[in-house]
Amino acid sequence: MLVSVVDIILLAFLVVTALAIVRLRNLFGVVMLSGIYSLLMAVIFTLLDAVDVAFTEAAVGAGVSTVLMLGTLSLTTNQEKAPTHTRILPLIVALVTGATLIYATTGMPRLGDPNAPIHHHVAPRYINESGTEVGVPNIVTSVLASYRGYDTLGEVTVIFTAGIGVMMVLGRRRAKPKPGEKRREAAEDGKAEDAA
Amino acid sequence: MELLGQFNYWVFIVLMMTGFYVVIARGNLVKKIVGLNIFQASVFLFYISMGKIFGGTAPILIEGADDTVIYSNPLPHVLILTAIVVGVATTAVGLSLVVRINEAYGTVEEDEIQQLDEET
Repeated sequence: MLVSVVDIILLAFLVVTALAIVRLRNLFGVVMLSGIYSLLMAVIFTLLDAVDVAFTEAAVGAGVSTVLMLGTLSLTTNQEKAPTHTRILPLIVALVTGATLIYATTGMPRLGDPNAPIHHHVAPRYINESGTEVGVPNIVTSVLASYRGYDTLGEVTVIFTAGIGVMMVLGRRRAKPKPGEKRREAAEDGKAEDAA
Repeated sequence: MELLGQFNYWVFIVLMMTGFYVVIARGNLVKKIVGLNIFQASVFLFYISMGKIFGGTAPILIEGADDTVIYSNPLPHVLILTAIVVGVATTAVGLSLVVRINEAYGTVEEDEIQQLDEET
């Protein structure tokens, strides 16, 4: 009961934050609100028993993302231009898509239902066997590093590719890009060269 | 939790559509990426909501516990852990492209960039 009330309040905060992001035109404020959004999301994840996800979201979503965006704002602008004309079509598209998705949820199992199909596939095996098969108390760790290790390898590949991408986009004119802090330094160098 | 029904899923849809609207309706590229993040985080909420079991606890094995302990589904947690980290990587690439566009055009507004392209 109490959990439900807290959940509803937090989700309401989340919606308010998202709508404020749409309305606000000061980009610094938008970035701060997106940090708050991530933090609220992390609290909701804790409430929904996903503790590992919660601290990753708090560290990576609210921390690293915000820093990256602030870096971008310092290199670009922190004020969004006022829209020249009202855009009604995107609103209609979003509303229609939303209505379709809400219609789709009528076929979904209720929240927290232990008989939902998602809980009867591979999850029982992870929960029952990972203690003896892998030997780590945290089931999420067992699945991440052992049962679905290839997924994690794929994740590392994606991050590596993204790192190369950022270096190629921003560090082109630099002879030897230094590891770490490459994004901002390289971009600032680029700016300095442009000014010169 | 039994009160909620499908409330979490409806909020997920509202948030997702908010992010979607920002991405397609706003011309500022930084704002578009913030919108993409809202969209992304709403999908995380959807997955984690599906993994919750009423009366369950976090999927960390309790030593000496009997069979009556219910653990929430760990699989969506694992998928979303991966997705969060990949999401930040793609955000970084997107933002670096924004910085690069700003260097080349001197603006991050979509319509101004289009105008400059048409002039040349």
